[in-house]
Amino acid sequence: MKILVTAKRVTDPNAKLVIDDDGSWIDDDVEFILNPFCENAVECALELAEAHDAETVAIGIGDEEVQRYIRQGALARGVDRGIHVDAEEQELDSDLIAKILKAVVEREEPDVVLLGKQAVDGDSNQVAQLLAEMLGWPQATFASDVKIEGSEAIVTREVDGGLETLAVTLPAIISADLRLNDPRYASLAGIMKAKKKPLEELELDDLDLDDEEPKVRVVKLHEPAGRSAGVVVADIDELLNKLTTEARVL
Amino acid sequence: MSKILVIAEHADGAVKKATLTTLDMARQLAAKKGSSIDIAVLGSGVGGVAEALTGYGAETVHVADHAELANALAPTWGKVIADIAESCGADVIAASASTTGKDIMPRVAARLEAGMASDVVGVVDTDDGPGFRRPMWAGALLADVVIDTDTWVVTARGSAFDAAGATGGSSAVEAFDAEPNLAASRTRFVSFNGTKSDRPTLDEADIVVAGGRGLKSAEGFAQVVEPLADALGAGIGASRAAVDDGFCPNDYQIGQTGKVVAPQLYFAVAISGAIQHLAGMKNSKVIVAINTRDDEPINKVADYSLVGDAFTVIPELCEKIAAIKAAG
Ligand SMILES: Cc1cc2nc3c(=O)[nH]c(=O)nc-3n(C[C@H](O)[C@H](O)[C@H](O)COP(=O)(O)OP(=O)(O)OC[C@H]3O[C@@H](n4cnc5c(N)ncnc54)[C@H](O)[C@@H]3O)c2cc1C
Ligand SMILES: Nc1ncnc2c1ncn2[C@@H]1O[C@H](COP(=O)(O)O)[C@@H](O)[C@H]1O
Repeated sequence: MKILVTAKRVTDPNAKLVIDDDGSWIDDDVEFILNPFCENAVECALELAEAHDAETVAIGIGDEEVQRYIRQGALARGVDRGIHVDAEEQELDSDLIAKILKAVVEREEPDVVLLGKQAVDGDSNQVAQLLAEMLGWPQATFASDVKIEGSEAIVTREVDGGLETLAVTLPAIISADLRLNDPRYASLAGIMKAKKKPLEELELDDLDLDDEEPKVRVVKLHEPAGRSAGVVVADIDELLNKLTTEARVL
Repeated sequence: MSKILVIAEHADGAVKKATLTTLDMARQLAAKKGSSIDIAVLGSGVGGVAEALTGYGAETVHVADHAELANALAPTWGKVIADIAESCGADVIAASASTTGKDIMPRVAARLEAGMASDVVGVVDTDDGPGFRRPMWAGALLADVVIDTDTWVVTARGSAFDAAGATGGSSAVEAFDAEPNLAASRTRFVSFNGTKSDRPTLDEADIVVAGGRGLKSAEGFAQVVEPLADALGAGIGASRAAVDDGFCPNDYQIGQTGKVVAPQLYFAVAISGAIQHLAGMKNSKVIVAINTRDDEPINKVADYSLVGDAFTVIPELCEKIAAIKAAG
């Protein structure tokens, strides 16, 4: 069995974001981390590989810097090898990411592709589903539990109103939710080993995409309107008084 | 001419509010693009849902009634939605950014080679024509985006739009000859384990009471949050930490990766207000923080902060609310 898992780099959620001069992107002189949902996907890939003796391959798309996150976030934790597809991140949209992943899936022929349910920078929540449709594969998104039984993955999904369980026949696409697992830390030995693990570098041209244009474009970023500072009330009576007479919501 | 196809969300034969908020977004977009609006209802035994949607100004309500559509599985629903869109000539396909819409709509986009904007909170004019406003980076920034393909797919965040009202008039109802192709989807529905509650759902509640890790246990959560929700007729939400620690079911989670709400009144009880939590509630009309501290991030967005131990404050608060209600 072979499992392909994503390693996307995102801005640190605690970083102060500054809109850059042309107004349509951020100044990327900030800290980055591995997308938290990709950490869950990597952990899931490793657990499945341990249970089913699978090869694991991590893929990251973006500029050179992404290689660090493939090594530290995936290879150091135990993923066997990596693939980096070189691309300018700002010019990618979910559709183009999915197209690149499709080309890589066609080369690697994995049985399972594990992704994060969303990237916490763009918050699009599209790539896994787009990839599944492009490949004509089944999908189980927002996974909080994954088991492989024979030719099927049995996946519990976090959905509005409760938990849904689906069985999808492999090969299949699975996207990880945060409660899927607790990602392991890379051991020192893992970090040392990761330095020597193979990391293949690909250019977009190597993938023969039929189209390299993004379909969705950010034209402008804004700061959201802030809330004006509120007050600390002295006690419950004052709170109720404010809610009934000032805010008039009770 | 432009046509927007709105995908209905429904449960147990009733139209969900998510359908109407999507319709509100669609009306705003239609005003900018000069579009007409159609509605698509998918499912099994959904004639009543289609009938219920004929008074909302749609030209046509397309009904794909098929046993294989009983569960909203992404491959089958995605295929049928794309088929309806092609047959009626829709150039915009819109659904709610619920977990169902998020799961299915990218597949529609891939089938139609359409660009997709997720979780939009507004329809805007840009130098390049009509576009959408959507939060990024957990709402730290808002982005105006445009879609460069002829066909657009969009999901609308429920809390950012009003429920569209009925307009009178009567849409044509047309049966659509759906071919879901369930066998080819290699997907088998196994089970649904629903959270049962008599309280208002988070997207419909006017008041939300949310509890956090400070409530320490499932018992603590129930002991504090439930009586206050009962006293106010409120829906119940939670921080991720409260869900992770097993205090309450997963679908209570509010935030970047949970539900997004904007009620009239939001109580954050023993919640610190991490950016990911704020992403799901900071557009509430009035926010009350109940916390032992007054210097947490939640205090910076709260209109009213009450400093105290939730375990002693809430029982007293409930008593006083009951007294106010009794006094009428
Ligand atoms: C990728 C990602 C996505 C995330 N998505 C979400 C999301 O969707 N929603 C979400 O909520 N979080 C999300 N988080 C987690 C978020 O970062 C915080 O960890 C979480 O919101 C903290 O929950 P909390 O406020 O309940 O707990 P804490 O931060 O531990 O806060 C507990 C609070 O309770 C107060 N307190 C303690 N005892 C009492 C008492 N007796 N009475 C009153 N107050 C008391 C404390 O002062 C403190 O303010 C996400 C994180 C990541 C990395
Ligand atoms: N540049 C990228 N490289 C690798 N994987 C990515 C990249 N962008 C997105 N993904 C994957 O797609 C998922 C969903 O992303 P999105 O649809 O952009 O929210 C992420 O959690 C990743 O698993």
